[in-house]
Amino acid sequence: MSEPIHRTLGLTDDEFQKIIEILGREPNHLELAMYSVMWSEHCSYKSSRIHLKRLPTEGEHVLVGPGENAGVIDVGDDIAIAIRIESHNHPSYIEPYQGAATGVGGIIRDIFTMGARPIAIMDPLRFGPVSDSRSRWVAEGVVSGISGYGNSVGVPNIGGETVFDETYIGNPLVNVLCLGILPKDRLVLGRASGVGNLAVLLGATTGRDGIGGVSVLASAGFGDDEEDAEKRPSVQVGDPFEEKRLIECCLELLDAGLVVGIQDLGGAGLSCAASETASRGGVGMDFDVTAVPQREIGMEPFEIMTSESQERMLAIVNPENLEKVLHISEKWEIRSSVVGKVTEGGQLRIMDGLDGPVLGEVPATSLHEDAPLYDRPMAPPEDLSERKDDTPEEHLPESNDVSEALLSLIQSQEWITSQYDSQLFLNTVAGPDSNAAVLRLKHPVTGKDTGRGLAVTTDGNHRWCAVDPKIGTAMTVAESMLNLACVGAEPRALVNCLNFGNPENPNVMWQLSEAVDGMAEACSKFNIPVVGGNVSLYNESQGNNIDPTPIVGLIGVINNLDTSPPGVSWNEGDRLMVIGPPAKGLSGSAWAFARSKKNGQLAQVDYETHERLCQTIRMLVNQGLVTAIHDISSGGLAVAVAEMAVQSGVGCSLARVPDIESMFSESPSRVVIAVDPEKMQSVEEIIQSQDIPSTRIGLAHGEKFTIKGLVDIELSKVLEQWEESLPRVFESGTTQG
Amino acid sequence: MNPTIGVIVFPGSNCEQDALEAMTSLGASCKLLWHNSPDLGDVDGVIIPGGFAHGDYLRPGAIARFSPAMESVISFARSGRPVLGICNGFQILTEAGLLPGALQKNRGLKFLCKPVELNVQTTNSVLTSEAIKGDSLTIPINHFEGNYTCNDETLKELHAEDRILLTYKNNPNGSIGDIAGICNAQRNVVGLMPHPERACHPLLGSTDGQQLLRSFIESSRL
Repeated sequence: MSEPIHRTLGLTDDEFQKIIEILGREPNHLELAMYSVMWSEHCSYKSSRIHLKRLPTEGEHVLVGPGENAGVIDVGDDIAIAIRIESHNHPSYIEPYQGAATGVGGIIRDIFTMGARPIAIMDPLRFGPVSDSRSRWVAEGVVSGISGYGNSVGVPNIGGETVFDETYIGNPLVNVLCLGILPKDRLVLGRASGVGNLAVLLGATTGRDGIGGVSVLASAGFGDDEEDAEKRPSVQVGDPFEEKRLIECCLELLDAGLVVGIQDLGGAGLSCAASETASRGGVGMDFDVTAVPQREIGMEPFEIMTSESQERMLAIVNPENLEKVLHISEKWEIRSSVVGKVTEGGQLRIMDGLDGPVLGEVPATSLHEDAPLYDRPMAPPEDLSERKDDTPEEHLPESNDVSEALLSLIQSQEWITSQYDSQLFLNTVAGPDSNAAVLRLKHPVTGKDTGRGLAVTTDGNHRWCAVDPKIGTAMTVAESMLNLACVGAEPRALVNCLNFGNPENPNVMWQLSEAVDGMAEACSKFNIPVVGGNVSLYNESQGNNIDPTPIVGLIGVINNLDTSPPGVSWNEGDRLMVIGPPAKGLSGSAWAFARSKKNGQLAQVDYETHERLCQTIRMLVNQGLVTAIHDISSGGLAVAVAEMAVQSGVGCSLARVPDIESMFSESPSRVVIAVDPEKMQSVEEIIQSQDIPSTRIGLAHGEKFTIKGLVDIELSKVLEQWEESLPRVFESGTTQG
Repeated sequence: MNPTIGVIVFPGSNCEQDALEAMTSLGASCKLLWHNSPDLGDVDGVIIPGGFAHGDYLRPGAIARFSPAMESVISFARSGRPVLGICNGFQILTEAGLLPGALQKNRGLKFLCKPVELNVQTTNSVLTSEAIKGDSLTIPINHFEGNYTCNDETLKELHAEDRILLTYKNNPNGSIGDIAGICNAQRNVVGLMPHPERACHPLLGSTDGQQLLRSFIESSRL
């Protein structure tokens, strides 16, 4: 006997029964297809919703919290910022270029749906090791896709970070964050209202690409290569030129006040856009599938309703304004068609012509609000206590020569970031390779420079979270906050992208729950609201789950941006100093993982000290007292200092860094500063007044990189490793198979 | 009276606001001109900004040159008035036949966005009149197809007539003769791949672009 159709669409037997209860009858094929995409893990968050409720979401600057297309915060001067983060992990493994490109396209639409002009993108990326030629193929394709789409669509890519690690070998992570700017009074929400209003479909034609993208692809793990390759038609194909015109067209429509609500078409396509706008507005909709411009002949209604063809928007328009809407669309060469009508009640009816037969009928809200909610079983790993006792410090090497260990941990990402336009719109004061990206804040309508700035960072560390998902996630939030402090910014809001393995595995659910607890605790202590997020599950390949990888995006405000914040480059003669508590432990560090020591215990974040440290750093930075600054995170103090040295072109000699632990520990709340000797006294006074521990560690000087008793190498050697390691491996070629 | 500069906007252009912001900060009046209208209005100079006109489909600039505004730009240029093409604008000017040569894919086949050092080769053009010959300017590039090429005869002509305005100090894209910017024989039509508008504000890392854009404003005044 063949599988029942609901199972091939990714629905369980229980879910199928629930649909029958809602409808009071068996669904037809079209209805079943709509439920299958809307109730997919990717769209419904059915495994994670129960946990996400624990995150703090309120704050004085929050205008829109989670649940809409993007979070929106007030940044003063009548300016609001929309922010969202998304994942496009699964499509990017199958078809790297288009997977990554359409990830960029999708998140940009989420932002201008809110009435905001997209002003910046950041891409946190995770790939398998560069020694693996297939991983290089994925990485090269993803970077080209982001570059090809993002540059052309005209949104600068100002940062993000890339990590290569064996945990991602069969399942890369391609996350993307987007910021948009809008006058505070133009906020638009994606909802239909006004019975008799029209639903107008704007943008590209609807084809057979991306059918089942959210259910077949994004809500299942990977198995063998041949089967995975067969999923390629579920990946959408992007057209940045269409998207660019769509942005301009929609923003002009919103400026002119011609639309009641607007919604992008992303995962689950028209099923999602039609039902979400209706259900949020408390209305119904009659939807005419025959009015949808189709790319191919002979498309079935279920294909039209679930296609994930890109570059489409659904606008709700008062019939009186239809003529004007069509006129503006024509100017931008954007196809526009009336495809539906807002109705009373709450039924979404799919019709064969608005006067024709009804092909399917479901309560609009049932596609969202009645989606299943699972409290899946959770369990910590059975050997958790033995793993905690197995600390890397037990395995320190005999030899003191750690130069090679240090060199293996540094790598410039310029090969990646120079492929992205990071400067468009003339806002980018600090771009990629900074502690945090810094943008000038200009009013979106008048263009007037406010003299203030925005700072944004994305951070994630799978090693910390593999050792302890709760503390690891709290440390990630703390790192983000410190990154913002390094450019003088105060945090305003956080978004997250939770990348985990198979939720049906109790250990994975435990990781997810712990990570949410860590994030909730850190955000509550630091008073940072979470304004949006995305959950990507089933990141597994051949039964192996990725290490838990919660990514956070943190946005903050710089109140006075008269001069550029300090970067990581110091000057000859600067004094070097570490501010913060002493290094503690090697668990979860890049050094330990490189030696396959993946167990141990993380040091708890001391929230009160961390908050005070960030405040101290902001004072030092905003008073112009430091030449250079770098937070200590992945790779520890040694890597932080090496990155500063190579980017300055000036070496250093360090003392009081006595051992491997002090070099490579990644324990939280620490930062390196470089200070002009004449400013040293003022710096020390501030640090003492704030009661924060600090240690002078050395001097920026000469052409050598030395750590007393441990490292003594030419700076040129460090620089060569920094600049050439990534281009060199990519020059060695890639393979798809 | 400050000169008025028209900035042509094609579907897919994306540096038009940046050009406008930088030119306005240097004292010019600017207006955006939609590609579909042949009417340039009463402008004193024309900028074709960077971006991806018509998505760069077919080939950068290949479709844009057929826009009604371009016919007017061609007559405007023939009347001797200043026309500046930046990046995609340079590509469009070569496609339109206002400048010789072509821009092909970068050596290395990668998009490149980074600051580069340029050498000023001549001050005899509407783009370099206020610069200093031999000076070094730091200005960002941002392109995939910025690798300038032309036949030997044209290259000889460009050299002989002192029409190479700017060269790269460390050639990033494989351009023939390290060429970053050129002008036509009348010296009123100029094209360059680097983005001077991105180097006009101290917070953006360099203000060297001001010399070039100021030259263009002064030339438009004449």
